[in-house]
Amino acid sequence: MSLPSLTVSAQWVLHLLTLLLLPPLIPGLINKVKAVMAGRSGPPVLQLYYDLAKLARKQAVFSRTTTWVFLAGPVGTVAAGLVAGLLVPFGHTGTPLSFEGDVILFAYLFGLARFLTVLSALDTGSSFEGMGAAREVAFSALAEPALFLGFAALAKASSSLSLSTMLLGSGLGSGRMAGPLILVLVGWAIVFLAENARIPVDDPNTHLELTMIHEVMVLDHSGRPFALVLYGASLKLLVLGALLMDPVLPRAPQAWQNWLLFGAGLGALAVAVGLVESMSARFRMTKVPQFLLAGILASAFAFLLLLV
Amino acid sequence: MTDLAMRTLRNGQTVGLRDLPELTLSSFREAILEGTRGGARLACLCAASDLRLFAILADDAGKQLRVAWTRLAEPKYPSLTPECPQAHLFERELAEQFGIVPDGHPWFKPVRFHLPWSDQPSPWGRDADSLPAVMDFFRVSGEEVHEVAVGPVHAGVIEPGHFRFQCHGETVFHLEIALGFQHRGIERALVGGPHPLSLKQAETASGDSSIAHAWAHCRLLESLAGVEVSPRADRVRGVALELERAANHVGDLGALSGDVGFLPTASFCGRIRGDWLNLSAEVCGSRLGRGWLKPGGLYQDLDPALATRLLPRLIRSWADTRDAVELLWGAASVMIRFEVAGRVDPIQAREIGLVGVAARACGVEQDVRWDHPFGPYGAHPISPSLAESGTVHSRAWIRWLELIESQRFLLEGLAELAGSDPDPRTGPLPPLAPDSLCVSMTEGWRGEVLHLALTDDRGRFSRYKIVDPSFHNWFGLALALRGEQISDFPLCNKSFNLSYCGHDL
Repeated sequence: MSLPSLTVSAQWVLHLLTLLLLPPLIPGLINKVKAVMAGRSGPPVLQLYYDLAKLARKQAVFSRTTTWVFLAGPVGTVAAGLVAGLLVPFGHTGTPLSFEGDVILFAYLFGLARFLTVLSALDTGSSFEGMGAAREVAFSALAEPALFLGFAALAKASSSLSLSTMLLGSGLGSGRMAGPLILVLVGWAIVFLAENARIPVDDPNTHLELTMIHEVMVLDHSGRPFALVLYGASLKLLVLGALLMDPVLPRAPQAWQNWLLFGAGLGALAVAVGLVESMSARFRMTKVPQFLLAGILASAFAFLLLLV
Repeated sequence: MTDLAMRTLRNGQTVGLRDLPELTLSSFREAILEGTRGGARLACLCAASDLRLFAILADDAGKQLRVAWTRLAEPKYPSLTPECPQAHLFERELAEQFGIVPDGHPWFKPVRFHLPWSDQPSPWGRDADSLPAVMDFFRVSGEEVHEVAVGPVHAGVIEPGHFRFQCHGETVFHLEIALGFQHRGIERALVGGPHPLSLKQAETASGDSSIAHAWAHCRLLESLAGVEVSPRADRVRGVALELERAANHVGDLGALSGDVGFLPTASFCGRIRGDWLNLSAEVCGSRLGRGWLKPGGLYQDLDPALATRLLPRLIRSWADTRDAVELLWGAASVMIRFEVAGRVDPIQAREIGLVGVAARACGVEQDVRWDHPFGPYGAHPISPSLAESGTVHSRAWIRWLELIESQRFLLEGLAELAGSDPDPRTGPLPPLAPDSLCVSMTEGWRGEVLHLALTDDRGRFSRYKIVDPSFHNWFGLALALRGEQISDFPLCNKSFNLSYCGHDL
């Protein structure tokens, strides 16, 4: 990959800094959009940074029923998110870590994070967290095929199993790819909303434990572990957001322009999520599988189109 | 024959205890059973000292109340509940308050977890006030069934109550609700009154229904004292009650919208509810309408200048309300949530004696303002708003229909008040009639608020009974959850939006 004005190591540093520092901005942006749509001034865009700083100074409270597994959830989520963030390209800016088959690692890093989160939820012995864990597992089992069928379609189109080639490969620009690509993006947008516990699948703002899917699994976390949970969630927004945007981001001649494009894309994504949440109610929980099924079908059709 | 033995009453009428025929226990039971079979509601069943039982039947279609009373020979009697489910919570209550055991009650548990007021032993063999919700819960057993306990401490800023769900996966088989955490002993505190605090105590029976309770209390005192309230003061009270209704209905529609994650209406209604509350505050200084009504009249009159000032604000609040709520009906994603959740069967609704919004949402035509008119509602009627499905959507829709009626009443009321001179201040009430009974009902925003008082030979309260609509309706919420998704419980709960303190008193 040609990087005219920035050296590879500078790209590396930029990628790492973005990965480490940018995520908490995304929920801030989404919340700002929601606030503006509702006619409120809303919390500052940097609110999550303040929250993390506050939580980092707080002591954690641990229930007597919990064990080390309870901590594995938050730590595992952040660790998996960071590694996945190294695999996915942030627009046309180069990927620090890339090899054939990294797409499998990418998908199952999130699988691992989910597994640890579910275990840490079950570790509390709370009936709420058990319900949340059951819901999370059931729904993610339906989100995963949508993700993988999308990967399959892109792998077929780019003849590669490496994320950076699949997402940014030159084959995507051809007219034949337009239809399948749109379908993949639809499927992935659904996965993006479901995996990040956004409306219409889940409501990140609700205080009602009985209705929660993802949030209910972390009710018992506090202090620094909770800071990790919040940070891990924003990391997921960034990484899956990058996955969703990469195939549509245009390629600019200058590296700094590519970074700018990526930033703009991320902002647009946050605004889009904020708008969806401002205009639509949540689905009834029995309808969520149907919604996820729509994601599977979209990705599957994309794959079928490329087979013929 | 039993109907003849029951004395009929108008809402707010005082009757001397000597003029009330005492029924035998069997004809007392028969009167209630036959009355409820004939379509009347058991509006109140309560005990008083000396093992006396009083029952108030509301014949809504016949627009009258009926009262029956009997004296028990021993602190027990055959329970009415197996044949008349409406009585189930009343019977548990009188067992708890007076140690009178309804023999054969199928669901015999404490209500508020306190010891009997009289010297009778506790029917549950308790010898000290226990913590609320310490009791045996109904349990479904089996490998695949799980139990979820919610509360008494909740995630939101709401009152304490305990909910026990028996679930099969996401489906609720059974919900049992245990309350009593808010028990303050209001009924007992009112005995020996009226004293200077009585009105305050009545107002705080359920804070969001301050006007409804204060009005019921004031009418009771006025009737017992033989005082007529001027039509203008009644009109102001009507304005107060409808403002309270509007503020709460707007708040509820916003909260329902928030519970399904539909932000526009949720955000707007939060603010607009404040606008309605501020209209009350403008008149009496309290957003909840505290200290507005006074036995015999008003503490804070709504003089013509103030009414003229309020009118444009009312019109603006209503325009905002309409805009915000119409967004709700226009959102398909909201309607699909509302239309399938929390259905109460209309037949069951009648059997368990639902009142107010929850009853009208099941097509039960019942509204105290229409059936047993009080204050200004005789001359300026408000007809009951009805829906049929009994779902969350119906309960939301009833609120909207009532908002339309309330704003119409408010517009007319304020226009009329703007053109009429204020009344002279009223003085204190004369002493109350001794040895009498009075029943006073108002239609709060949740439903029927009933106050009943017995006076002793000196004209002081010997028994004061408050029935908040929540007392009738909590069981309706439990029924609405049968076979429902547990994730829809918050939505169903909000659609009833019952009062914990109104139940716990």
